[in-house]
Amino acid sequence: MSRNKHKRLRPQDPKKTIIRLFGYFKYNKILFIAGLMSVILSSVAQIAANGMLSPIIDSLVLHQDTGMFKKYLLIMVGLVLTISIGQYLGSLLMARLAQRTIHKIREDMFSHMERLPISFFDSRTHGELMSTFTNDVDMLNQSLEQSVSQVTISIVSVAGTFIMMLILSPILTLVVVGMLIVMLSATRYVGKRSARNFRNQQAALADMNGYIEEMMSGQKVVKVFNYEARAIEKFNGKNEELRKSSTRAATYGVMLMPIMGNLSFVLYALISMFGAFLVMGGRMTIGNIASFLQYTRTISRPITQVSNQLNTLFAALAGAERIFNILDEEPEEDRGDVRLIRDEENGDYWKVPKASGEYERVPLRGHITLKNVDFGYVEGQKVLKDINIYAKPGQKIALVGSTGAGKTTITNLINRFYEINEGTILYDGIDIRRINKHDLRSTMSIVLQDVHLFEGTIADNIRYGRLDATDEEVIVAAKLANAHYFIKNLPDGYNTYLTADGGNLSQGERQLLSIARAAVANPTILILDEATSSIDTRTEKLIGRGMDKLMEGRTVFVIAHRLSTIRDADAIMVLEEGRIIERGSHEELMKLKGRYYDLNTGKIELE
Amino acid sequence: MGTLLPYMKKYWFYALLSPLMMILEVVADILIPYLMSRIVDIGIANGDIDYIVRVGLIMIGAALLGMTFGIISSHAGARAGYGFAAEIRKDLFKKVQSFSFANLDKFTVSSLITRLTNDCNTIGQVTMMSLRLAIRAPFLMVFALIMAFNINSSLARVFMVSIPIMVLAVVIIFKKARPLFRRMQTRVDRVNAAIQENLTGIRVVKSFNRQRFEEEKFKKRNDALRDTALQAISTVIFLMPILTLVIYGTIIAVLWFGGQQVRFGTMGSGELISFITYITQVMMSLMLMSMFFMNLLRGIASGSRILEVLATESEIKEIDNPHKELKDGSIVFKNVNFKYPGSREFVLKDINIEIESGETVGIIGSTGSSKSTLVQLIPRLYDVSEGAVYVGGSDVREYDIKALRDQVAFVLQRNTLFSGTIRENMKWGNENATDEEIIRALKQAQAWEFVSKYEDGLDHWVEQGGANFSGGQKQRLCIARALVKSPKIIILDDSTSAVDMTTDAKIQKAFKEELKGVTKLIIAQRISSIKNADRIIVMHEGRVESIGDHETLLNTSPIYGEIYETQEKGVLSQ
Repeated sequence: MSRNKHKRLRPQDPKKTIIRLFGYFKYNKILFIAGLMSVILSSVAQIAANGMLSPIIDSLVLHQDTGMFKKYLLIMVGLVLTISIGQYLGSLLMARLAQRTIHKIREDMFSHMERLPISFFDSRTHGELMSTFTNDVDMLNQSLEQSVSQVTISIVSVAGTFIMMLILSPILTLVVVGMLIVMLSATRYVGKRSARNFRNQQAALADMNGYIEEMMSGQKVVKVFNYEARAIEKFNGKNEELRKSSTRAATYGVMLMPIMGNLSFVLYALISMFGAFLVMGGRMTIGNIASFLQYTRTISRPITQVSNQLNTLFAALAGAERIFNILDEEPEEDRGDVRLIRDEENGDYWKVPKASGEYERVPLRGHITLKNVDFGYVEGQKVLKDINIYAKPGQKIALVGSTGAGKTTITNLINRFYEINEGTILYDGIDIRRINKHDLRSTMSIVLQDVHLFEGTIADNIRYGRLDATDEEVIVAAKLANAHYFIKNLPDGYNTYLTADGGNLSQGERQLLSIARAAVANPTILILDEATSSIDTRTEKLIGRGMDKLMEGRTVFVIAHRLSTIRDADAIMVLEEGRIIERGSHEELMKLKGRYYDLNTGKIELE
Repeated sequence: MGTLLPYMKKYWFYALLSPLMMILEVVADILIPYLMSRIVDIGIANGDIDYIVRVGLIMIGAALLGMTFGIISSHAGARAGYGFAAEIRKDLFKKVQSFSFANLDKFTVSSLITRLTNDCNTIGQVTMMSLRLAIRAPFLMVFALIMAFNINSSLARVFMVSIPIMVLAVVIIFKKARPLFRRMQTRVDRVNAAIQENLTGIRVVKSFNRQRFEEEKFKKRNDALRDTALQAISTVIFLMPILTLVIYGTIIAVLWFGGQQVRFGTMGSGELISFITYITQVMMSLMLMSMFFMNLLRGIASGSRILEVLATESEIKEIDNPHKELKDGSIVFKNVNFKYPGSREFVLKDINIEIESGETVGIIGSTGSSKSTLVQLIPRLYDVSEGAVYVGGSDVREYDIKALRDQVAFVLQRNTLFSGTIRENMKWGNENATDEEIIRALKQAQAWEFVSKYEDGLDHWVEQGGANFSGGQKQRLCIARALVKSPKIIILDDSTSAVDMTTDAKIQKAFKEELKGVTKLIIAQRISSIKNADRIIVMHEGRVESIGDHETLLNTSPIYGEIYETQEKGVLSQ
């Protein structure tokens, strides 16, 4: 019963993903190389600086040579300056690289999203996509900013330190290697448990978040049913689960720090001891020990850092995989070569290329024909079977039927949100698959039941229908939709700023705006999908005249729940399970005493 | 933040244990470089192998002890941090459960979800880190300083220069970076808003061919984000190089001044080496402290968002010794005026209605005429602004709220089913309901006809929000759920809009025959749903326009007549 989809925390193919990510660096090759060089330079300088301790101290204690001491100290100053300049340049260039990369990825994702077919959006939840667009990108950003340089630094410093150690004392290096093996196995041991507990925590978190979401969205029902105490009890159980798993995950997560820190102190102690023997045996100097000790402190740090970051790094790569999966989705294809030409003098027309290379002019009229159309969203499951519809220019065609009968699907096919499997759809006699999609849609407007408005002013939102509409045209459209009155009563009138999705307007008001938006587009074909369902009958009557005017002279497809709105349609199609079972005018269908009659007299339930 | 402290009560032991263990770990860590200097200066100088081995073993012991302390500290810190967060979350959820409708309107659903999830998690993380870092950093610094002074107080004076420089650098950088990061966050929000908008509105974007337009819009926001992000990052990247300069600068200074002393024999070379180790520790602890403050800021932001919820008092208050039982199902509105909290306009004006126990009353009127608001006052989902509502003979404010809502069943307009079986959903009405009672309610709501067809019957699974049922089925299940309560009053707020008229009529019939003593209030858009009610209330712009039965209203109420006409004209029998 666990229907919570857990997000993958580990990438399936990390190598491929990393290579692809590096591919993004190619736009900034110089930046990448320069940044990497700076990082390497500063790490090397750091190792050298630590190595300088040895000759400096020895010059004092062993050789008592002030001149040499001063010279070495000067070299040290030079090295320190190199480190900090290298660090500065390294992080600056890497941050720039990361920002540019993530900027490019975000841009690619967005423009790709705009080109994806509707089926992509219909088959995924918004939450899922939003999470990839925000969380995954964010994670990747952080990792790019830090991980690339950190991994580089780690590799360079581990390798460099190791070489220096070997030069200083191969015997002590053996001790270090032995200890490093202990440290690495400790990291592995803790890391494995940490990862497992981290996954458990994520699962508990998802479970609790899901419960919170469900309860919060139904909070008013909770109140009405006095369900509070029971909700609290259930919640407390999940909360306790989460507490336990987070505690475990966090314990393992932070445990690595004291373990590695103190193991490196054990190493420090061992080096002091063995080093002391070596000095006494005359095989090492005290200065050598000073440097060596400094190295033992630096060699364990990168290991701790990288192992600390491993979980995040993997999660970021898994996120990057999800991002690339979206980018790999096939965009909406458009092979239409028939273009629409707007001609104010002689009327708009389709420019249809012929095999001979010449063009045919077909006037834009709004004649739609569906011939033997079959369609299924999923292969093998047809939702539309043998659909035939003839809509002459200016006719009003109504689609009636219960939810799932295929009404909306038909409109989805006409504007090519989806492509038909069988049969043909003709627009002014031209197969719509031959028409350029942009041009096809520019002749159509849809008004949906779920109104979507954009952040911006009211005027901006109406103008969404046609970007070059003048203020007058916007007002005319608003008046037509009967929206002018309420807009004028808003504090800033047409300049009232709407928050995301017009949250500050009522459902009815938003619907009126979407009708105005469709009106300003001046479409040849108008699709009304349950456009007035959320408006009560009285208001509907008020905008009725506007709607009538809006429909005048256009081919209209109307889907309505309320049958009163479609009575005057030229033809009514009654759909059931993907087939048209009755067709005709209201009077004809009432006389038929079939399904339409039953619906009208309330014998069967719609929806 | 202090106000959240009581939530730590249950975990005070761990909250104290974690820093205590941390201090012990720090002590162990501090001792080690000192012991090393003994090996060099005494052991090597005297050629005393026994001494070296002894001190070496002590060092290893100290490191292992430090590790143990560290692990205990981590575990205690995790317990305290996440326990603390769980306690807060528990109380927060409880608080939200006590909220009135008015409170819920104020906080949006999504903001409550974020507070319960993200903000509580942040508190847990930050607390855990704070318990460790906040103690570790200052102690490490103080101990290291003490050791440094102990070794060589004149040399230790270099800290008087380097620490202020370091602190100043960190403060200046953070001061500069903070507003930049805040601006970056708003830019991030802008980018995300654009994505969200396009995801939900993709059909509109596509059907109006606005892809290019949206891309341009997004590009602007994306560019702005990149620029601000770079600006913000450009300030913080100064931190590491400056840190390097200060640490190595101090080391060089110590070598320079200390070098002279070693040369003249006033300082051991082992002491010089351990002194350098202490320098690194002091500076690292300063870094840790700045990290801690960054975290603290994050925690404070989450904490204040949580406190905002916790500090909100439920708008609905109960009196002492409230009534527990409704005498009957009568309802009286007496001079009721109502406006939503925070709004200036009255949405209910001068309402006077008397409804007898067992009566069936329909309510009709256009959107915005406040029909729903009117009935929400009955189970005290909102309190009246002026006047009073009497239910069962007493003012609703004199009842125990739980008792009142148990006896008044309310089927909301925007109703939800919850994930679980049908039986579990039905038991919302009454935890102890038997299967017979549930089936009876389902039958009355005309839901049994489809529920009984499921192989698993009452065990049939309901998806979140009831997504696997049609609108009409959902509404019937919601009505049944309310009936399971066996209430004295039942209110249907436009709850049969998706139910076909034949079934609707069956529900009305069942109500009439089987719920005789129950007062029934039915809000409907369809006249057919309320035509047969004893009385019908016509609402218009927050006032009662008229009351009467169907026939009377046809003659007296112009609004009722108009609604009747539009529905009748449209469809034959509607």
